[in-house]
Amino acid sequence: MSWPALYTQLVGANRHSTSLGKIWLSVLFIFRVMVLVVAAESVWGDEQSDFVCNTLQPGCENVCYDQFFPVSHIRLWCLQLVFVSTPTLLVAMYVAYRNHKDKKRLMQSSGRAGFLSNKGQEEEVEALKKRRLPIAGALWWTYACSLLFRLLFEGGFMYALYVVYDGFQMPRLVQCDQWPCPNLVDCFISRPTEKTIFTVFMATASSICMVLNMAELAYLVAKAVTRALCGQRERRASRDRTQSKTNQRSLVST
Amino acid sequence: MNWAFLQGLLSGVNKYSTAFGRVWLSIVFLFRVMVFVVAAEKVWGDEQKDFKCNTAQPGCHNVCYDHFFPVSHVRLWALQLIFVTCPSLLVVMHVAYREDRERKHRLKYGDNCRRLYQNTGKKRGGLWWTYVLTLVFKIAVDATFVYLLYHIYEGYDFPSLIKCEQKPCPNKVDCFIARPTEKRIFTIFMVVTSLACILLSIFEILYLVGKRCRECFTSGHHSRHIDTNTMSSGSNLMESNSMKTTGKNTPETPAPSYSVAVS
Repeated sequence: MSWPALYTQLVGANRHSTSLGKIWLSVLFIFRVMVLVVAAESVWGDEQSDFVCNTLQPGCENVCYDQFFPVSHIRLWCLQLVFVSTPTLLVAMYVAYRNHKDKKRLMQSSGRAGFLSNKGQEEEVEALKKRRLPIAGALWWTYACSLLFRLLFEGGFMYALYVVYDGFQMPRLVQCDQWPCPNLVDCFISRPTEKTIFTVFMATASSICMVLNMAELAYLVAKAVTRALCGQRERRASRDRTQSKTNQRSLVST
Repeated sequence: MNWAFLQGLLSGVNKYSTAFGRVWLSIVFLFRVMVFVVAAEKVWGDEQKDFKCNTAQPGCHNVCYDHFFPVSHVRLWALQLIFVTCPSLLVVMHVAYREDRERKHRLKYGDNCRRLYQNTGKKRGGLWWTYVLTLVFKIAVDATFVYLLYHIYEGYDFPSLIKCEQKPCPNKVDCFIARPTEKRIFTIFMVVTSLACILLSIFEILYLVGKRCRECFTSGHHSRHIDTNTMSSGSNLMESNSMKTTGKNTPETPAPSYSVAVS
C-alpha cells in the first residue's frame, strides 16, 4: 500500500464527484502528497541526528528531543492525508453497492424475459459499471457526509499541529530542563527556517482544500434546494393542468 | 509518489499543445527533472552534515547553517518544478469540461443535433485564452523562482568560506560549505534551463497571438472581398474562406518517450 495505490482508489471514486471534487483531488495529490514526498521528507530527514544540545550528559538530547517533538510534522501530515482521503471511499463503497443491486435486478429481469443472449447481458453489465450516477438521493447524503468528515479531519489535524508545536513557526533554540539534563540546557533545532516555510506551505494547502470542500458542500446544498423547488413547481403546474382539463370537460358536458 | 506520477499526469497534455509546448515539456522532464533527480539531489545530499564550522560550540553549526541556507536549493527547485508543470493541467481540465458539456448537450437534444464544439481539443475561444494564461503563469513561476534564488543567496555563486557570528557562536567563526564548485555548476545549469523555458514560453505566446491576428486579418479581408464580389463565384469563395479561417492544424508529432528515464 502506498500513495500511488491510494491515488488509484480515489480516482475511481472521483468519477462520481463534482468538478470541485476533482480539483480538490488534484490539489491534494500534487500540492500536498507530492510536495511531502519530494521535498518535505528530506527537510525533516535529519531531525533527530542534527538536534544538538549544549551538554555532554548522555540521554539529555534524546529526552529533550522527545519533549519538543512528541510526534513529527511528517508523521502528522501523512496521517492527515490518509484520514482526509478515506471519506471518499465511502462514496466508492456506496457506488459499488448500487452497482451490485442494479446488476442483480438486471440478471433477474433478463432471467424472467429469457431471450437476452449472454453477450447482450455482459454489455449491459459493462455499461452499468461505466455509467456515472447523478448525485441525488442516498448518494447525495453519502457525498455530503464524506465532505463533512473531510472538513472535520482537516480542521482537527491543523489544530493538533498548532497546539502541539505552539504555532506554525519553528524556533532556532529551545531550552530544556528534563531529567537527566543537569540544568537548563540550550538545544538547537536543525533547519528551523526551512521547516517553518514548509509548515506554512502545508497549512496553506490544507486551508485551500478546506475552502474547496466548503464550496462543494454549499454547491450540493444549493443544487438540492433548486431541485426540490423545481420539483414543487412542476407538481403544482401539472396539478393546475389536470384541474383545467376537468373544468373544460365539465363545461363541455353542460 | 514521485516525478513519474507528475509525468504520467502530464503525458495527456501534449495532445493539446503546440510544437513549442511539446519541446518545452521535453526540456522540463529531460533537462530539469531528470538532472534534478539523478544529479542535483545527490550533490546537495550531504549539505548539512558536511557544512563544517571552525568551532566546538554546540549549536553554532546548526544556527550558521540555518542563517546561510534558509531554504535549500533542491527544495526550491522541487517546488519550482511542481508549480511550473501544473498549469498544463488547467488545459486538460478545460478540454474535459468542454467534452462534458458536449455530452450533456447531446443527451438533451439527441445525437443528430448541432455540435457545440467542432473539436473540443482545438484552441479556439475560451481554450485559447486558458492556454495563453497557462503560458503566462509558467513564465511568472519560473521568473519568480529564478529571482528568489538570486535574492536569497545573493547571486548564483557558492563561496567556499563564509563567516558567521550568530548566537551561540562565541565570535566570528569560519564555516565551510561542502562541494561549492559542483553546487555552483548545477545552480547555473538549472538557472539556464529555467531561462530557456521562459524564452520558449514567450515564443509560444508570440506564435499563438501572431497566428490569431493573421486569421482575424485573413477572415476580415475575405469577408470584405466577398461583399464586393458577384453572387456567381460566391460558393467557391465561401469554401476557400472557411478553410483559411480554420487555419493549419498543428503537426501531430508524437511526444518523445521519457518514461524510462524518469523513475
